[in-house]
Amino acid sequence: MAVGRRQDLDSISFHAAMGILSAAAVLLITAPTAIVLIVSFTDGYSLKFPPPGYSVRWYVALADAWQIQDAAWNSLQAAVLSTLVSILFTVPAAFAVARSKSAAARKLESLFMSPLVLPALAFGLSALMYFSLIGIPLSLTTVVIGHVVVCAPYVFRTTLASLSQLDPSLLECSASLGASRIYTYRRVVLPLIGGGIMAGGFIAFMSSFDNVPVSLFLSDARNEMLPIRMWQTMENTLDVRVAAVSGVLILFSLALMLLMERFAGLSRRMR
Amino acid sequence: MASGRTTTGASERGEGFLALPLMLFYLLFFIAPLLLLFAVSLHADKDMAAWGLAQYAKALSDGFGLGVLFDTLRLGVETTLLCLLLGFPLAWLHRNAGPRWQGVIILVTVLPLLTSVIVRTFAWIVILGRQGIVNTLLLELGLTETPLRLLYTHGGLVIALAQVQLPLMVLPLIDALQKLDPNLESASAALGAGRWRSFFRIVLPLSLPGIIAGSVLTFSAAVTAFITQSLVGGGQQLYMPMYIYQQALTLQNWPFAATISVIFMVAVLFCIALFNLLGRYTRRYSAM
Repeated sequence: MAVGRRQDLDSISFHAAMGILSAAAVLLITAPTAIVLIVSFTDGYSLKFPPPGYSVRWYVALADAWQIQDAAWNSLQAAVLSTLVSILFTVPAAFAVARSKSAAARKLESLFMSPLVLPALAFGLSALMYFSLIGIPLSLTTVVIGHVVVCAPYVFRTTLASLSQLDPSLLECSASLGASRIYTYRRVVLPLIGGGIMAGGFIAFMSSFDNVPVSLFLSDARNEMLPIRMWQTMENTLDVRVAAVSGVLILFSLALMLLMERFAGLSRRMR
Repeated sequence: MASGRTTTGASERGEGFLALPLMLFYLLFFIAPLLLLFAVSLHADKDMAAWGLAQYAKALSDGFGLGVLFDTLRLGVETTLLCLLLGFPLAWLHRNAGPRWQGVIILVTVLPLLTSVIVRTFAWIVILGRQGIVNTLLLELGLTETPLRLLYTHGGLVIALAQVQLPLMVLPLIDALQKLDPNLESASAALGAGRWRSFFRIVLPLSLPGIIAGSVLTFSAAVTAFITQSLVGGGQQLYMPMYIYQQALTLQNWPFAATISVIFMVAVLFCIALFNLLGRYTRRYSAM
Protein backbone atom coordinates (compact mmCIF):
# COMPACT_ATOMS: atom_id res chain seq x y z
CA MET A 1 0.00 0.00 0.00
CA ALA A 2 2.69 2.41 1.06
CA VAL A 3 4.76 1.40 -1.94
CA GLY A 4 1.76 1.93 -4.22
CA ARG A 5 1.19 5.41 -2.87
CA ARG A 6 4.81 6.30 -3.29
CA GLN A 7 4.69 5.13 -6.91
CA ASP A 8 1.54 7.21 -7.45
CA LEU A 9 3.25 10.27 -6.04
CA ASP A 10 6.29 9.58 -8.18
CA SER A 11 4.23 9.17 -11.32
CA ILE A 12 1.94 12.13 -10.62
CA SER A 13 4.77 14.52 -9.81
CA PHE A 14 6.67 13.41 -12.90
CA HIS A 15 3.73 13.91 -15.24
CA ALA A 16 2.80 17.20 -13.58
CA ALA A 17 6.34 18.55 -14.00
CA MET A 18 6.53 17.42 -17.63
CA GLY A 19 3.04 18.77 -18.36
CA ILE A 20 3.64 22.19 -16.77
CA LEU A 21 7.03 22.67 -18.41
CA SER A 22 5.85 21.66 -21.89
CA ALA A 23 2.74 23.86 -21.51
CA ALA A 24 5.08 26.71 -20.60
CA ALA A 25 7.17 25.90 -23.69
CA VAL A 26 4.13 25.91 -25.99
CA LEU A 27 2.92 29.19 -24.45
CA LEU A 28 6.38 30.73 -24.82
CA ILE A 29 6.55 29.64 -28.45
CA THR A 30 3.09 30.71 -29.59
CA ALA A 31 2.05 33.67 -27.41
CA PRO A 32 4.45 36.32 -28.78
CA THR A 33 3.36 35.76 -32.38
CA ALA A 34 -0.30 35.87 -31.41
CA ILE A 35 0.24 39.07 -29.42
CA VAL A 36 1.94 40.81 -32.35
CA LEU A 37 -0.96 39.85 -34.62
CA ILE A 38 -3.51 41.27 -32.16
CA VAL A 39 -1.57 44.50 -31.54
CA SER A 40 -1.18 45.10 -35.28
CA PHE A 41 -4.96 45.65 -35.49
CA THR A 42 -4.96 48.41 -32.88
CA ASP A 43 -6.66 51.74 -33.62
CA GLY A 44 -4.37 53.60 -31.22
CA TYR A 45 -0.92 55.13 -31.61
CA SER A 46 0.85 52.92 -29.10
CA LEU A 47 1.68 49.24 -28.72
CA LYS A 48 -0.58 48.92 -25.69
CA PHE A 49 -1.95 45.43 -25.08
CA PRO A 50 -4.83 44.77 -25.17
CA PRO A 51 -5.44 47.51 -27.77
CA PRO A 52 -8.04 50.18 -26.90
CA GLY A 53 -9.92 49.38 -30.13
CA TYR A 54 -9.48 47.53 -33.40
CA SER A 55 -8.95 48.75 -36.95
CA VAL A 56 -6.86 48.03 -40.04
CA ARG A 57 -5.49 51.60 -40.18
CA TRP A 58 -1.84 50.53 -39.80
CA TYR A 59 -2.15 48.05 -42.62
CA VAL A 60 -3.65 50.82 -44.79
CA ALA A 61 -0.75 53.07 -43.74
CA LEU A 62 1.66 50.54 -45.26
CA ALA A 63 0.37 51.48 -48.73
CA ASP A 64 2.13 54.87 -48.40
CA ALA A 65 5.24 53.59 -46.65
CA TRP A 66 7.50 53.52 -49.71
CA GLN A 67 10.70 53.03 -47.71
CA ILE A 68 9.29 49.86 -46.17
CA GLN A 69 7.99 48.72 -49.56
CA ASP A 70 11.38 49.29 -51.23
CA ALA A 71 13.14 47.41 -48.45
CA ALA A 72 10.66 44.53 -48.70
CA TRP A 73 11.21 44.33 -52.46
CA ASN A 74 15.01 44.28 -52.00
CA SER A 75 14.75 41.56 -49.38
CA LEU A 76 12.46 39.50 -51.58
CA GLN A 77 14.88 39.74 -54.53
CA ALA A 78 17.86 38.86 -52.35
CA ALA A 79 16.03 35.90 -50.80
CA VAL A 80 14.87 34.45 -54.13
CA LEU A 81 18.33 34.81 -55.70
CA SER A 82 20.15 33.43 -52.64
CA THR A 83 17.84 30.43 -52.52
CA LEU A 84 18.26 29.63 -56.21
CA VAL A 85 22.05 30.00 -56.10
CA SER A 86 22.21 27.95 -52.89
CA ILE A 87 20.24 25.10 -54.48
CA LEU A 88 22.29 25.25 -57.66
CA PHE A 89 25.63 24.97 -55.83
CA THR A 90 24.57 22.77 -52.95
CA VAL A 91 22.57 19.92 -54.45
CA PRO A 92 25.47 18.61 -56.61
CA ALA A 93 27.82 18.96 -53.63
CA ALA A 94 25.40 16.96 -51.46
CA PHE A 95 25.43 14.24 -54.15
CA ALA A 96 29.20 14.06 -54.10
CA VAL A 97 29.44 13.99 -50.31
CA ALA A 98 26.56 11.56 -49.72
CA ARG A 99 27.87 8.90 -52.09
CA SER A 100 31.43 8.99 -50.86
CA LYS A 101 32.72 7.38 -47.68
CA SER A 102 36.16 8.99 -47.80
CA ALA A 103 37.58 11.13 -45.02
CA ALA A 104 37.79 14.05 -47.45
CA ALA A 105 34.03 13.88 -47.93
CA ARG A 106 33.49 14.13 -44.15
CA LYS A 107 35.84 17.15 -44.05
CA LEU A 108 33.87 18.80 -46.85
CA GLU A 109 30.64 18.05 -45.02
CA SER A 110 31.77 19.86 -41.89
CA LEU A 111 33.13 22.74 -43.99
CA PHE A 112 29.75 23.18 -45.71
CA MET A 113 27.94 23.07 -42.37
CA SER A 114 30.32 25.34 -40.45
CA PRO A 115 28.59 28.69 -41.21
CA LEU A 116 25.75 27.44 -38.99
CA VAL A 117 27.83 27.56 -35.81
CA LEU A 118 30.22 30.41 -36.60
CA PRO A 119 29.07 33.86 -35.44
CA ALA A 120 27.46 35.25 -38.60
CA LEU A 121 28.27 38.83 -37.65
CA ALA A 122 31.99 38.11 -37.70
CA PHE A 123 31.59 36.60 -41.15
CA GLY A 124 29.61 39.66 -42.26
CA LEU A 125 32.42 41.95 -41.16
CA SER A 126 35.10 39.82 -42.83
CA ALA A 127 33.09 39.74 -46.08
CA LEU A 128 32.82 43.55 -46.01
CA MET A 129 36.61 43.85 -45.58
CA TYR A 130 37.15 41.30 -48.35
CA PHE A 131 34.90 43.02 -50.88
CA SER A 132 36.37 46.44 -50.18
CA LEU A 133 39.89 45.02 -50.50
CA ILE A 134 39.29 43.39 -53.88
CA GLY A 135 37.38 46.48 -55.01
CA ILE A 136 33.84 45.16 -55.41
CA PRO A 137 31.33 47.87 -54.48
CA LEU A 138 28.43 46.88 -52.24
CA SER A 139 25.28 45.97 -54.14
CA LEU A 140 22.52 43.41 -54.21
CA THR A 141 25.11 40.96 -55.59
CA THR A 142 27.34 41.23 -52.52
CA VAL A 143 24.29 40.71 -50.30
CA VAL A 144 23.34 37.59 -52.26
CA ILE A 145 26.89 36.19 -52.08
CA GLY A 146 26.97 36.70 -48.32
CA HIS A 147 23.52 35.17 -47.90
CA VAL A 148 24.43 32.10 -49.96
CA VAL A 149 27.33 31.36 -47.60
CA VAL A 150 25.06 31.34 -44.54
CA CYS A 151 21.96 29.83 -46.23
CA ALA A 152 23.52 27.01 -48.28
CA PRO A 153 24.04 24.80 -45.17
CA TYR A 154 20.26 24.52 -44.73
CA VAL A 155 19.80 23.17 -48.27
CA PHE A 156 22.87 20.98 -47.84
CA ARG A 157 21.54 19.43 -44.63
CA THR A 158 18.07 18.52 -45.90
CA THR A 159 19.35 17.29 -49.29
CA LEU A 160 21.98 15.14 -47.60
CA ALA A 161 19.35 13.70 -45.25
CA SER A 162 17.03 12.71 -48.09
CA LEU A 163 19.95 11.30 -50.11
CA SER A 164 20.95 9.10 -47.18
CA GLN A 165 17.45 7.61 -47.17
CA LEU A 166 17.69 6.84 -50.86
CA ASP A 167 17.99 3.11 -51.53
CA PRO A 168 21.17 2.61 -53.65
CA SER A 169 19.67 -0.51 -55.22
CA LEU A 170 17.21 1.77 -57.04
CA LEU A 171 20.13 3.33 -58.89
CA GLU A 172 21.54 -0.08 -59.77
CA CYS A 173 18.10 -1.23 -60.96
CA SER A 174 17.79 1.80 -63.17
CA ALA A 175 21.31 1.28 -64.53
CA SER A 176 20.79 -2.43 -65.18
CA LEU A 177 17.58 -1.62 -67.05
CA GLY A 178 19.74 0.41 -69.42
CA ALA A 179 19.08 3.95 -68.18
CA SER A 180 21.92 6.42 -68.50
CA ARG A 181 23.21 8.09 -65.36
CA ILE A 182 21.67 11.45 -66.29
CA TYR A 183 18.32 9.79 -66.99
CA THR A 184 18.46 7.97 -63.65
CA TYR A 185 19.13 11.23 -61.82
CA ARG A 186 16.32 13.01 -63.59
CA ARG A 187 13.65 10.32 -63.31
CA VAL A 188 14.60 8.38 -60.16
CA VAL A 189 16.80 10.41 -57.83
CA LEU A 190 15.41 13.94 -58.23
CA PRO A 191 11.76 12.98 -57.64
CA LEU A 192 12.78 11.11 -54.48
CA ILE A 193 14.88 13.91 -52.99
CA GLY A 194 12.83 16.81 -54.39
CA GLY A 195 10.99 17.23 -51.10
CA GLY A 196 14.25 17.53 -49.21
CA ILE A 197 15.59 20.14 -51.62
CA MET A 198 12.34 22.11 -51.43
CA ALA A 199 12.26 22.03 -47.63
CA GLY A 200 15.90 23.18 -47.44
CA GLY A 201 15.26 25.85 -50.06
CA PHE A 202 12.32 27.12 -48.04
CA ILE A 203 14.38 27.39 -44.84
CA ALA A 204 17.17 29.09 -46.82
CA PHE A 205 14.65 31.54 -48.29
CA MET A 206 13.23 32.43 -44.89
CA SER A 207 16.64 32.86 -43.29
CA SER A 208 17.88 35.03 -46.14
CA PHE A 209 14.74 37.17 -46.00
CA ASP A 210 15.29 37.53 -42.26
CA ASN A 211 19.06 37.92 -42.26
CA VAL A 212 20.57 40.81 -40.34
CA PRO A 213 24.18 40.03 -39.34
CA VAL A 214 25.37 39.68 -42.95
CA SER A 215 23.10 42.30 -44.56
CA LEU A 216 24.20 44.79 -41.91
CA PHE A 217 27.65 44.90 -43.50
CA LEU A 218 27.00 43.98 -47.12
CA SER A 219 24.02 46.14 -48.07
CA ASP A 220 24.40 49.82 -48.84
CA ALA A 221 21.94 52.70 -48.51
CA ARG A 222 20.46 52.05 -51.96
CA ASN A 223 19.81 48.42 -51.17
CA GLU A 224 18.25 48.57 -47.76
CA MET A 225 16.92 45.24 -46.50
CA LEU A 226 13.58 44.90 -44.73
CA PRO A 227 14.83 43.49 -41.38
CA ILE A 228 17.41 46.28 -41.14
CA ARG A 229 14.80 48.93 -41.95
CA MET A 230 12.52 47.44 -39.26
CA TRP A 231 15.35 47.28 -36.75
CA GLN A 232 16.23 50.92 -37.27
CA THR A 233 12.57 51.94 -37.03
CA MET A 234 12.22 50.03 -33.77
CA GLU A 235 15.38 51.58 -32.32
CA ASN A 236 14.28 55.13 -33.00
CA THR A 237 10.52 55.28 -32.60
CA LEU A 238 8.15 52.47 -31.75
CA ASP A 239 6.17 52.90 -34.94
CA VAL A 240 2.95 50.86 -34.95
CA ARG A 241 3.49 50.27 -38.68
CA VAL A 242 6.20 47.79 -37.64
CA ALA A 243 3.40 45.75 -36.07
CA ALA A 244 1.49 45.82 -39.36
CA VAL A 245 4.60 44.72 -41.30
CA SER A 246 5.04 41.95 -38.74
CA GLY A 247 1.42 40.93 -39.27
CA VAL A 248 1.98 40.68 -43.02
CA LEU A 249 5.18 38.66 -42.48
CA ILE A 250 3.50 36.26 -40.04
CA LEU A 251 0.61 35.54 -42.43
CA PHE A 252 3.04 35.27 -45.36
CA SER A 253 5.28 32.72 -43.62
CA LEU A 254 2.31 30.81 -42.21
CA ALA A 255 0.82 30.45 -45.70
CA LEU A 256 4.17 29.44 -47.19
CA MET A 257 4.74 26.96 -44.38
CA LEU A 258 1.38 25.24 -44.83
CA LEU A 259 2.06 25.07 -48.56
CA MET A 260 5.47 23.50 -47.92
CA GLU A 261 4.01 21.08 -45.40
CA ARG A 262 1.53 19.99 -48.05
CA PHE A 263 4.02 19.59 -50.91
CA ALA A 264 7.39 18.87 -49.28
CA GLY A 265 6.43 17.32 -45.93
CA LEU A 266 8.30 20.11 -44.19
CA SER A 267 7.79 18.92 -40.59
CA ARG A 268 9.36 15.52 -41.36
CA ARG A 269 12.44 17.20 -42.82
CA MET A 270 13.13 19.79 -40.15
CA ARG A 271 14.67 17.23 -37.82
CA MET B 1 27.90 -8.26 -57.72
CA ALA B 2 31.10 -7.42 -59.55
CA SER B 3 29.29 -4.97 -61.79
CA GLY B 4 27.65 -3.41 -58.72
CA ARG B 5 31.04 -2.75 -57.19
CA THR B 6 32.43 -1.17 -60.33
CA THR B 7 29.35 1.09 -60.62
CA THR B 8 29.86 2.45 -57.12
CA GLY B 9 33.58 2.78 -57.68
CA ALA B 10 33.13 4.57 -60.97
CA SER B 11 30.41 6.84 -59.68
CA GLU B 12 32.49 7.78 -56.66
CA ARG B 13 35.36 8.82 -58.87
CA GLY B 14 33.02 10.48 -61.33
CA GLU B 15 30.95 12.39 -58.78
CA GLY B 16 33.65 14.08 -56.73
CA PHE B 17 33.74 17.00 -59.15
CA LEU B 18 30.13 17.81 -58.23
CA ALA B 19 31.37 19.24 -54.94
CA LEU B 20 33.80 21.57 -56.73
CA PRO B 21 31.50 24.55 -57.43
CA LEU B 22 30.36 24.87 -53.81
CA MET B 23 33.90 24.24 -52.59
CA LEU B 24 35.26 27.04 -54.79
CA PHE B 25 32.44 29.32 -53.71
CA TYR B 26 33.25 28.67 -50.04
CA LEU B 27 36.98 29.09 -50.62
CA LEU B 28 36.43 32.39 -52.38
CA PHE B 29 33.67 33.91 -50.26
CA PHE B 30 33.91 32.18 -46.87
CA ILE B 31 37.45 30.96 -46.17
CA ALA B 32 39.25 33.85 -47.91
CA PRO B 33 37.27 36.57 -46.05
CA LEU B 34 37.90 34.82 -42.72
CA LEU B 35 41.64 34.62 -43.48
CA LEU B 36 41.59 38.28 -44.40
CA LEU B 37 39.84 39.07 -41.12
CA PHE B 38 42.69 37.34 -39.33
CA ALA B 39 45.26 39.24 -41.39
CA VAL B 40 43.57 42.57 -40.61
CA SER B 41 43.57 41.73 -36.91
CA LEU B 42 47.37 41.39 -37.04
CA HIS B 43 47.88 45.09 -37.72
CA ALA B 44 49.25 47.26 -34.98
CA ASP B 45 47.51 50.52 -35.83
CA LYS B 46 44.13 51.77 -37.01
CA ASP B 47 45.43 52.77 -40.47
CA MET B 48 46.92 49.31 -41.02
CA ALA B 49 50.42 50.58 -41.76
CA ALA B 50 52.35 48.22 -39.49
CA TRP B 51 51.99 44.58 -38.54
CA GLY B 52 51.93 43.42 -34.95
CA LEU B 53 50.00 41.91 -32.10
CA ALA B 54 49.15 45.26 -30.52
CA GLN B 55 45.40 44.80 -31.05
CA TYR B 56 45.43 41.46 -29.27
CA ALA B 57 47.43 42.92 -26.40
CA LYS B 58 44.91 45.74 -26.19
CA ALA B 59 41.84 43.49 -26.38
CA LEU B 60 43.10 40.88 -23.94
CA SER B 61 44.23 43.40 -21.32
CA ASP B 62 41.03 45.44 -21.56
CA GLY B 63 38.76 44.57 -18.62
CA PHE B 64 35.76 46.17 -20.30
CA GLY B 65 36.05 44.13 -23.50
CA LEU B 66 36.68 40.89 -21.62
CA GLY B 67 33.62 41.65 -19.51
CA VAL B 68 31.55 42.02 -22.69
CA LEU B 69 32.88 38.68 -23.97
CA PHE B 70 32.13 36.97 -20.66
CA ASP B 71 28.59 38.44 -20.51
CA THR B 72 27.93 37.24 -24.06
CA LEU B 73 29.06 33.67 -23.34
CA ARG B 74 27.09 33.66 -20.07
CA LEU B 75 24.04 34.85 -22.00
CA GLY B 76 24.48 31.92 -24.39
CA VAL B 77 24.83 29.37 -21.58
CA GLU B 78 21.81 30.73 -19.68
CA THR B 79 19.64 30.73 -22.81
CA THR B 80 20.74 27.17 -23.61
CA LEU B 81 19.88 25.95 -20.10
CA LEU B 82 16.43 27.59 -20.21
CA CYS B 83 15.80 26.09 -23.66
CA LEU B 84 16.81 22.66 -22.35
CA LEU B 85 14.53 22.98 -19.30
CA LEU B 86 11.51 23.87 -21.45
CA GLY B 87 12.42 22.00 -24.62
CA PHE B 88 13.05 18.57 -23.14
CA PRO B 89 9.53 18.16 -21.71
CA LEU B 90 8.10 19.29 -25.04
CA ALA B 91 10.18 16.70 -26.93
CA TRP B 92 9.16 14.11 -24.33
CA LEU B 93 5.49 15.03 -24.87
CA HIS B 94 6.02 14.59 -28.62
CA ARG B 95 7.41 11.11 -28.04
CA ASN B 96 4.40 10.02 -25.99
CA ALA B 97 1.73 11.66 -28.18
CA GLY B 98 -0.32 10.10 -30.96
CA PRO B 99 0.70 10.71 -34.60
CA ARG B 100 -1.81 13.55 -35.01
CA TRP B 101 -0.56 15.46 -31.97
CA GLN B 102 3.02 14.75 -32.98
CA GLY B 103 2.40 16.68 -36.19
CA VAL B 104 0.83 19.54 -34.23
CA ILE B 105 3.78 19.72 -31.82
CA ILE B 106 6.26 19.80 -34.70
CA LEU B 107 4.36 22.57 -36.46
CA VAL B 108 4.09 24.61 -33.26
CA THR B 109 7.83 24.18 -32.76
CA VAL B 110 8.77 25.01 -36.31
CA LEU B 111 6.44 28.01 -36.61
CA PRO B 112 8.63 30.48 -34.71
CA LEU B 113 11.73 29.21 -36.50
CA LEU B 114 10.16 30.36 -39.74
CA THR B 115 8.72 33.59 -38.40
CA SER B 116 11.04 36.54 -38.72
CA VAL B 117 13.39 37.09 -35.77
CA ILE B 118 12.58 40.79 -36.02
CA VAL B 119 8.90 40.02 -35.55
CA ARG B 120 9.53 37.78 -32.57
CA THR B 121 11.85 40.30 -30.97
CA PHE B 122 9.26 42.99 -31.60
CA ALA B 123 6.73 40.82 -29.74
CA TRP B 124 8.93 40.98 -26.64
CA ILE B 125 8.98 44.76 -26.78
CA VAL B 126 5.18 44.64 -26.77
CA ILE B 127 5.15 42.16 -23.87
CA LEU B 128 7.89 43.63 -21.68
CA GLY B 129 7.54 47.34 -22.48
CA ARG B 130 6.28 50.01 -20.03
CA GLN B 131 2.78 49.70 -21.48
CA GLY B 132 3.24 46.01 -22.14
CA ILE B 133 1.19 43.06 -21.00
CA VAL B 134 3.22 42.20 -17.93
CA ASN B 135 3.19 45.76 -16.61
CA THR B 136 -0.50 46.27 -17.41
CA LEU B 137 -1.30 43.09 -15.50
CA LEU B 138 0.89 44.00 -12.51
CA LEU B 139 -0.60 47.51 -12.32
CA GLU B 140 -4.17 46.26 -12.51
CA LEU B 141 -3.57 43.64 -9.84
CA GLY B 142 -2.06 46.39 -7.69
CA LEU B 143 1.20 44.47 -7.32
CA THR B 144 3.21 47.52 -8.34
CA GLU B 145 2.61 51.28 -8.29
CA THR B 146 4.78 52.24 -11.22
CA PRO B 147 5.60 50.23 -14.37
CA LEU B 148 8.60 47.95 -13.86
CA ARG B 149 11.62 48.12 -16.08
CA LEU B 150 11.59 44.68 -17.72
CA LEU B 151 12.86 45.58 -21.15
CA TYR B 152 16.58 46.31 -21.30
CA THR B 153 17.39 43.81 -18.52
CA HIS B 154 19.56 40.70 -18.72
CA GLY B 155 16.77 38.43 -17.42
CA GLY B 156 14.25 39.75 -19.95
CA LEU B 157 16.78 39.15 -22.71
CA VAL B 158 17.39 35.53 -21.66
CA ILE B 159 13.64 34.80 -21.82
CA ALA B 160 13.27 36.50 -25.20
CA LEU B 161 16.29 34.65 -26.62
CA ALA B 162 14.98 31.34 -25.27
CA GLN B 163 11.77 31.94 -27.21
CA VAL B 164 13.66 32.77 -30.36
CA GLN B 165 16.02 29.75 -30.12
CA LEU B 166 13.77 27.09 -28.52
CA PRO B 167 13.02 25.28 -31.83
CA LEU B 168 16.75 24.74 -32.40
CA MET B 169 16.84 22.81 -29.12
CA VAL B 170 13.55 20.92 -29.47
CA LEU B 171 14.05 19.48 -32.98
CA PRO B 172 17.30 17.54 -32.24
CA LEU B 173 15.77 16.39 -28.93
CA ILE B 174 12.68 15.02 -30.71
CA ASP B 175 15.01 13.21 -33.07
CA ALA B 176 17.08 11.72 -30.22
CA LEU B 177 14.04 10.67 -28.18
CA GLN B 178 12.50 8.90 -31.15
CA LYS B 179 15.56 6.72 -31.52
CA LEU B 180 15.20 5.63 -27.89
CA ASP B 181 13.90 2.07 -27.46
CA PRO B 182 10.58 2.30 -25.52
CA ASN B 183 11.26 -1.15 -24.04
CA LEU B 184 14.07 0.34 -21.95
CA GLU B 185 11.62 2.44 -19.96
CA SER B 186 9.24 -0.49 -19.54
CA ALA B 187 12.11 -2.67 -18.38
CA SER B 188 13.20 0.01 -15.92
CA ALA B 189 9.64 0.29 -14.57
CA ALA B 190 9.28 -3.49 -14.34
CA LEU B 191 12.47 -3.61 -12.30
CA GLY B 192 10.89 -1.21 -9.82
CA ALA B 193 12.38 2.15 -10.82
CA GLY B 194 10.03 5.13 -10.48
CA ARG B 195 9.31 7.60 -13.24
CA TRP B 196 11.89 10.14 -12.10
CA ARG B 197 14.57 7.52 -11.63
CA SER B 198 13.94 6.03 -15.09
CA PHE B 199 14.00 9.51 -16.54
CA PHE B 200 17.30 10.56 -15.00
CA ARG B 201 19.06 7.21 -15.29
CA ILE B 202 17.83 6.08 -18.73
CA VAL B 203 16.00 8.66 -20.85
CA LEU B 204 18.26 11.62 -20.12
CA PRO B 205 21.66 9.88 -20.57
CA LEU B 206 20.57 8.11 -23.74
CA SER B 207 19.30 11.31 -25.34
CA LEU B 208 22.63 13.02 -24.70
CA PRO B 209 23.57 13.23 -28.42
CA GLY B 210 20.37 15.22 -29.03
CA ILE B 211 21.02 17.42 -26.00
CA ILE B 212 24.54 18.20 -27.23
CA ALA B 213 23.37 18.86 -30.81
CA GLY B 214 20.57 21.13 -29.59
CA SER B 215 22.81 22.93 -27.12
CA VAL B 216 25.47 23.67 -29.73
CA LEU B 217 22.88 25.15 -32.11
CA THR B 218 21.08 27.12 -29.38
CA PHE B 219 24.29 28.46 -27.88
CA SER B 220 25.83 29.57 -31.15
CA ALA B 221 22.58 31.22 -32.24
CA ALA B 222 22.06 32.99 -28.90
CA VAL B 223 25.54 34.56 -28.66
CA THR B 224 25.31 36.01 -32.16
CA ALA B 225 21.65 37.15 -32.05
CA PHE B 226 22.42 40.77 -32.82
CA ILE B 227 18.84 42.01 -33.25
CA THR B 228 17.35 40.48 -30.13
CA GLN B 229 20.36 41.51 -28.06
CA SER B 230 20.28 45.12 -29.20
CA LEU B 231 16.49 45.61 -29.05
CA VAL B 232 15.58 43.67 -25.89
CA GLY B 233 18.95 44.15 -24.18
CA GLY B 234 18.98 47.84 -25.03
CA GLY B 235 21.76 50.38 -24.85
CA GLN B 236 22.91 49.64 -21.29
CA GLN B 237 23.81 46.02 -22.01
CA LEU B 238 26.60 45.50 -24.47
CA TYR B 239 27.28 42.10 -26.05
CA MET B 240 29.96 41.03 -28.50
CA PRO B 241 28.00 41.41 -31.79
CA MET B 242 27.05 45.03 -31.00
CA TYR B 243 30.58 45.71 -29.71
CA ILE B 244 32.05 44.45 -33.01
CA TYR B 245 29.48 46.44 -34.99
CA GLN B 246 30.30 49.66 -33.11
CA GLN B 247 34.04 49.24 -33.51
CA ALA B 248 33.77 48.40 -37.21
CA LEU B 249 31.10 50.76 -38.53
CA THR B 250 30.74 53.54 -35.96
CA LEU B 251 34.40 53.96 -35.00
CA GLN B 252 35.81 52.57 -38.27
CA ASN B 253 38.53 50.80 -36.30
CA TRP B 254 38.90 47.76 -38.55
CA PRO B 255 41.96 46.09 -36.97
CA PHE B 256 40.44 46.21 -33.50
CA ALA B 257 37.02 45.06 -34.80
CA ALA B 258 38.75 42.19 -36.59
CA THR B 259 40.69 41.28 -33.46
CA ILE B 260 37.63 41.10 -31.21
CA SER B 261 35.81 39.16 -33.96
CA VAL B 262 38.60 36.58 -34.03
CA ILE B 263 38.61 36.36 -30.23
CA PHE B 264 34.81 36.02 -30.24
CA MET B 265 34.90 33.25 -32.86
CA VAL B 266 37.63 31.34 -31.04
CA ALA B 267 35.73 31.67 -27.74
CA VAL B 268 32.49 30.38 -29.33
CA LEU B 269 34.27 27.45 -30.99
CA PHE B 270 36.01 26.69 -27.69
CA CYS B 271 32.65 26.58 -25.89
CA ILE B 272 31.22 24.27 -28.57
CA ALA B 273 34.21 21.96 -28.21
CA LEU B 274 33.64 22.02 -24.45
CA PHE B 275 29.97 21.04 -24.95
CA ASN B 276 31.06 18.11 -27.13
CA LEU B 277 33.72 17.05 -24.63
CA LEU B 278 31.21 17.23 -21.79
CA GLY B 279 28.87 15.06 -23.85
CA ARG B 280 31.55 12.45 -24.45
CA TYR B 281 32.61 12.46 -20.79
CA THR B 282 29.08 12.10 -19.39
CA ARG B 283 28.28 9.39 -21.91
CA ARG B 284 31.24 7.37 -20.69
CA TYR B 285 30.22 8.05 -17.10
CA SER B 286 26.62 6.98 -17.65
CA ALA B 287 27.75 3.81 -19.39
CA MET B 288 29.65 2.69 -16.30
